[in-house]
Amino acid sequence: MSEKQRFATFFLGGDYFGVEVECVQEILCSQEMTPVPLSSPVVRGLINLRGQIVTAIDLRRRLGLGERAGGQPQMNVVVRISGGGVSLLVDDIGDVVEAEEATFERPPEALDGDARKMIRGVHKLNGQLMHVLDTEEVLNGFSEGQG
Amino acid sequence: MGSTDGMDDIVKEFIVESAENLDRLDRDLVSLEKEPTSKDLLGSIFRAIHTVKGTTGFLGFSKLESVAHAGESLLSRLRDGVLVLSPSITSGLLAMVDAVRTMLAAIETTGSDGDKDYGALIEVLTELQNPETGKEMPSSPGAVESPARAGEQRSESARDTQSLLHAAEAGVEEQVPVGQILVLSGYVKEDELTSALEQQRSGDPRHVGEILIAQGIVQPEEVLDALQTQKKGLSANLSSSNIRVDVGQLDKLMNLVGELVLARNQILQFSKTQQDSTFLNTTQRLSLITTELQEGVMKTRMQPIENVWGKFPRVVRDLALACGKRVRVEMEGKDTELDKTILEAIKDPLTHLVRNAVDHGFEPPAQREAAGKSADGRLFLRAYHEGGQVNIEISDDGAGIDLAAVKSKAIERGLIAQEQAARMSEREAQHLIFLPGFSTVEKVTNVSGRGVGMDVVKTNIEKIGGMVDLQSAPGCGTTVKIKIPLTLAIIPALIVTCGGERYAIPQVSLLELVRLEGNGTRQGIESVHGAPVYRLRGNLLSLVHLSRELHFDSAAPQTSAQQDVVNIVVLQANDCQFGLIVDEVNDTEEIVVKPLGELLKGLSVYTGATIMGDGRVALILDVMGLAQHAGVIGEVRRRKLSDDARPTAERIQERKTLLLFQGPDDGRMAISLADVTRLETFSRSSIEWTGRQQVVQYRGTILPLVHVSGLVEERRSQPRDRSSQDDEKIQVIVHTLDLRSVGLVVERILDIVEDDLSTRRPASRKGVLGSIVVQGRVTEILDVDGTIRAQDPTFFAEEPVLTGVAS
Repeated sequence: MSEKQRFATFFLGGDYFGVEVECVQEILCSQEMTPVPLSSPVVRGLINLRGQIVTAIDLRRRLGLGERAGGQPQMNVVVRISGGGVSLLVDDIGDVVEAEEATFERPPEALDGDARKMIRGVHKLNGQLMHVLDTEEVLNGFSEGQG
Repeated sequence: MGSTDGMDDIVKEFIVESAENLDRLDRDLVSLEKEPTSKDLLGSIFRAIHTVKGTTGFLGFSKLESVAHAGESLLSRLRDGVLVLSPSITSGLLAMVDAVRTMLAAIETTGSDGDKDYGALIEVLTELQNPETGKEMPSSPGAVESPARAGEQRSESARDTQSLLHAAEAGVEEQVPVGQILVLSGYVKEDELTSALEQQRSGDPRHVGEILIAQGIVQPEEVLDALQTQKKGLSANLSSSNIRVDVGQLDKLMNLVGELVLARNQILQFSKTQQDSTFLNTTQRLSLITTELQEGVMKTRMQPIENVWGKFPRVVRDLALACGKRVRVEMEGKDTELDKTILEAIKDPLTHLVRNAVDHGFEPPAQREAAGKSADGRLFLRAYHEGGQVNIEISDDGAGIDLAAVKSKAIERGLIAQEQAARMSEREAQHLIFLPGFSTVEKVTNVSGRGVGMDVVKTNIEKIGGMVDLQSAPGCGTTVKIKIPLTLAIIPALIVTCGGERYAIPQVSLLELVRLEGNGTRQGIESVHGAPVYRLRGNLLSLVHLSRELHFDSAAPQTSAQQDVVNIVVLQANDCQFGLIVDEVNDTEEIVVKPLGELLKGLSVYTGATIMGDGRVALILDVMGLAQHAGVIGEVRRRKLSDDARPTAERIQERKTLLLFQGPDDGRMAISLADVTRLETFSRSSIEWTGRQQVVQYRGTILPLVHVSGLVEERRSQPRDRSSQDDEKIQVIVHTLDLRSVGLVVERILDIVEDDLSTRRPASRKGVLGSIVVQGRVTEILDVDGTIRAQDPTFFAEEPVLTGVAS
């Protein structure tokens, strides 16, 4: 029963999040970004990752967490998806943590619809709850909002 | 049977190789039909089939082998001159090639040569090689009845062939035995060689060649020939100087080079701030090498268009035979090179166009002769580079497009309305065939009715950034012109700035740049019903604010009105032009096109993104998508429709842009700007005469001149057209209809105004549609059509015919 999983963790507005370490390509500090007009507000822009063009997603906006005060630079968590990578913009990077399956719990019913899809559940860690993010849902759910 | 273990690679190689051989066979067989006695062609065909047969036997595909064997036997009789090629033999051989191809496909997917029965084909092939008597045949019926045993019998020699191929393929020094070369060249039969080899093995000290000469089987020259071939390493025969590379590998390489180009650009940018001469020199060298590498890698992906065209003679032959037509194919620019992906993309459209030309374009021979043409139709394929693009033309000298039939079909299919058809210009009618759901063929042949129409051709060509145009003259034939980019991966683009960000605009869509400064800014941009326009040489150009389209917050229209400078990038989207207003025009650059991620695929205004010299990402604008987004394409379509409504001239109500000019008797006249193609000035001395017609040379064509003063019914008694005789220059309004132009000579061009035509009074004299008040003066509207018709009744020659048929 001691199936352990490793998560790359990060912070968003005081909340603690994690994604499976296997799907993280790399972590980058704040990058120069080219905005994409007409795209969804969730798309913050394009970054040049050693010649690969990567779309940067504002996780705060995606999760409906509101803007970060003071416009501080955000970190990039580049996750692998089919057909390239996508960068998730987060406030701060945490450690890689191991979590046992036993500490996992489904999200509470009170979570609103959209966020509920993206947050698979929480790991009850020592002193903190880590939200497990479903990256596929994060990238699937939003419309591009042309025009 | 199928392949045994460990043979997979050999089988794969065999399939690839055979596919190439078969393609060449198709071509060679069709050429052979033209020169049936060509030893070279016969030799090459024989060798190709022999190789296929040998290898299949070795690999144990007995069915395939027996078919190939029957073909080979027939060929050997042709080569020996016992038989002379006839159309039925060619068809038989081609059918054999097709059968082999089908079986190869089956081998590729299932590993066995399929369960189709080719007994009938083999019978036909056997029948063909034996027109008179039942002479002893190398291919006994046994080969058909018990293919397995036939396979065994031949497997030994086949194995030799196989090893020979490998030797040549790998470019190993190991030499190919002269005897084998003699067999492959067709000088010696296999059994003759075998007996000679046996003789050698049983103690004859002589070389195989010598034995064969002594037996009188070959001539000494033939052996010398074979020895020479041996020295060359058979490369001429088997084209072993090439290696096969996986396209995926090339794509990877291409990507890497793309990265390198970007890195190089970044270093170049950085080097501008440096003084160190060693560093600068190294940078220079890096830059040069990168450029060369890029060109080199691009070249590996380039393939001659012949790779696609090569199949056409066969396609045309079969189709012409089926349709009872006679067509000969001519090609020019076979070695014009194109990127492989583009070549792949145009393969189907081109094939369709070629089939179309044969099926619909050419008349049957009798009809052609009756029309005074040669019985053989001429299908001409031409390819050439021009301005970083490849042009491909497919022309036939057939009947041309029957506009009446096209129109009535379009009406029948509900694509256009009756009155729309009547008004349609020749060119518009010709382009009807590009509409989805259009097809003029009455009966569904195996050519048409496959769901592929001209609209698909058009869409596919446009998908890769190309353009299709069509010209047709009744009785003289049709020409389809295709323009396509050389490559898709690296394109020249114009870099512009808008809202602080850079955007790349593919150069293909770029027509020109217009910069308005100072006063010109305020006066230059006008509005039609609120939509901004600019008069570009007399034509109205719809304007699009890039910043507004991209929803930048800065209120763009006001700023541009206040700005001293306006940059207009004139772009071509489909057949419509529009001006894109940008903040700044930077430079043209070669950019590497990178796809946008899945998340942004739905944004039609971008085709992709690229990385600029400073490492930042810039978006590449999709001109078509942008035009659609801005609504300029739709707008133009609407305007075209209203133009179509014009010629009836009875009810002109909407506001029109008019060109004002001075008429015959100092009066003011106007014509609709839509009728004006260009305004030109010619010197009087450039006027020439052809018969009673005044003409000038204009853009490489002859432009007939029509004097408005001479044609509009004169009110004054004295002729006025002498008055301007002293002037050195004449002013001409060029009016174009269906690719033909006429120059209207006017006294003086005055102005361009927009006016409401509803206040019109009826005409008071001939040559005039009516009069209106413009700028406080009575102005007559010139009847352009009537004026031209009076001068040159043939200018509208087709129109009465067309309306007659369509309505």
